[in-house]
Amino acid sequence: MIPQKQSMKRRQFLKGTVGAASVVVLSGCDSLTQSSWFPDILSKTESLTEAVQRAVTPREALAKEYGEADISTVFPANGNTNPGTEEYTEHVAQNFSGWMLEVVGLVKVPRSWSLAALKELPSRTQITRHDCVEGWSAIGKWTGVPIGDLMHHVEPLPNARYAVFHCADVDDEGIAYYESLAVADCYHPQTILAYELNEMPLDVPHGAPLRLRFERQLGYKQAKYVMKIELVESLSNIGGGKGGYWEDQGYEWYAGI
Amino acid sequence: MAVLIQSEDAVNRESDQRSTAEMSSTAALSTVSGLEVSSPRVIERVYRHRLPVRISHWLNVPFLLILIMSGLQIFNAHPALYWGDRSDRDRPLLSIRPVQTESGEIKGLTTVLGHQFDTTGVLGYSDGMKRAFPAWATIPSPKWLAMGRQWHLFFSWLFVINGLIFTAYALASRHVTRELLPSRTDWRSFGKSLRAHLFLKQSGSGHAKGYNVLQKITYTTILLIMAPLIVLTGLAMSPTIDTAVPWLLTVLGGRQAARTIHFITCFAFVGFILIHVIQVIATGFINNICSMVTGWFTVEGVKRRGQEFQV
Repeated sequence: MIPQKQSMKRRQFLKGTVGAASVVVLSGCDSLTQSSWFPDILSKTESLTEAVQRAVTPREALAKEYGEADISTVFPANGNTNPGTEEYTEHVAQNFSGWMLEVVGLVKVPRSWSLAALKELPSRTQITRHDCVEGWSAIGKWTGVPIGDLMHHVEPLPNARYAVFHCADVDDEGIAYYESLAVADCYHPQTILAYELNEMPLDVPHGAPLRLRFERQLGYKQAKYVMKIELVESLSNIGGGKGGYWEDQGYEWYAGI
Repeated sequence: MAVLIQSEDAVNRESDQRSTAEMSSTAALSTVSGLEVSSPRVIERVYRHRLPVRISHWLNVPFLLILIMSGLQIFNAHPALYWGDRSDRDRPLLSIRPVQTESGEIKGLTTVLGHQFDTTGVLGYSDGMKRAFPAWATIPSPKWLAMGRQWHLFFSWLFVINGLIFTAYALASRHVTRELLPSRTDWRSFGKSLRAHLFLKQSGSGHAKGYNVLQKITYTTILLIMAPLIVLTGLAMSPTIDTAVPWLLTVLGGRQAARTIHFITCFAFVGFILIHVIQVIATGFINNICSMVTGWFTVEGVKRRGQEFQV
């Protein structure tokens, strides 16, 4: 048996060690986080993750599609739930009858569609799982226009690498929301501009009238209130230069995990 | 008290291929509780941990610590667990949240399978902040999901690469079959070893040249079950990987189930680390640390006339 005194000493030693280790690790990690160079090293992982995930995932592989019974009773609306601008409020009042989707930038034939015209195009309906970066998941039934079809209409130029989705909402500081995908990913059959959720016209909290669905990546890529798609060669001149509102806040552009 | 030094021939009968075992040629008459014991104490130095094992072990110390703490940062963004594919917020298996009592006081409330616990000060509400895990347990300490993810995803790559190199080495060098997988003889000593550990007795096995059966079971479980499970459940939370490997979620029980298993496995690692560190301290801290740094482990045994070397 270990003598009482010695066991007390050991306990104190252990407590001290764990406490000291925690303080050292935390203060060390926090100062690394605040440094100018360390987060840059951390973010190098993103391109490795993207390269590996793209290599193991067949280009056309579909995200799992669920049955009607799997649909979430409540589909949480996260992030911005109402753009609230004067212009947007006007669109809501007119039931988005004047809403136009523009597709511009590095394309042969720039075009715009009214909401009604988009609804005339062939649609796709998919019951998919939305995985929020926070950790929760919700299943919903989305109906919309495959973005690949829109691309066939506008004919992207060979140097178009990214499709930037400009949104109608701005944050508290007046910064406009936007998001971007690789043009190649726009042709994935499940990449759609949705105008219906669970067989109802998309409501304001969920991104009315048009919301991006890009099923193989996390929730923050699913831009709401989409009014313009711009094809570009580089993301550096848009917003904070990282490819999206959330990306400019430190989230990865490649949101496959 | 006089200590008699006498020379002793090598008593290492284990002419094992590991044969790096080296005998110190000195054995001393030891004194126990002031009484002289006539059997000589034999000090044997055994090369117990080879370099690749030591390197991968020490790399795992910061890797696991950072992964656990940055993982808790990510968990804090939605501090609830579910089963299946969806997170139906009215039916969590576990949730940690702050609640305001009628008197206006804020408390931390942890609910596990419908049972509520007041965890104010640690979970749900700590240091005046509404957060699931406290600031001292997360990387970075303030609420910062994007940065927590950066840390977590970076170190998960390092952890996986380290694990793959270790596994390849352990298989090629037969570390797994020779030193990790319990042998038939090991299983026979299971009851004895378990009793010794439960009653915190030095069975002597802690000072043996190889691992005892409980250590073997533990390390094998970590290598073959827990480590693969924590990596697979981590990958299963990736919507892209779920597209590439659809059966993964089917096996694990859904995306939220994968997240729950990831969390439970994380705390199995925490439990393992705590017990591991306590054992290291309790069975000769300096000797254990030395052996994991240099590879050389000192075994003290007693040589009795006409008997096998005993530890």
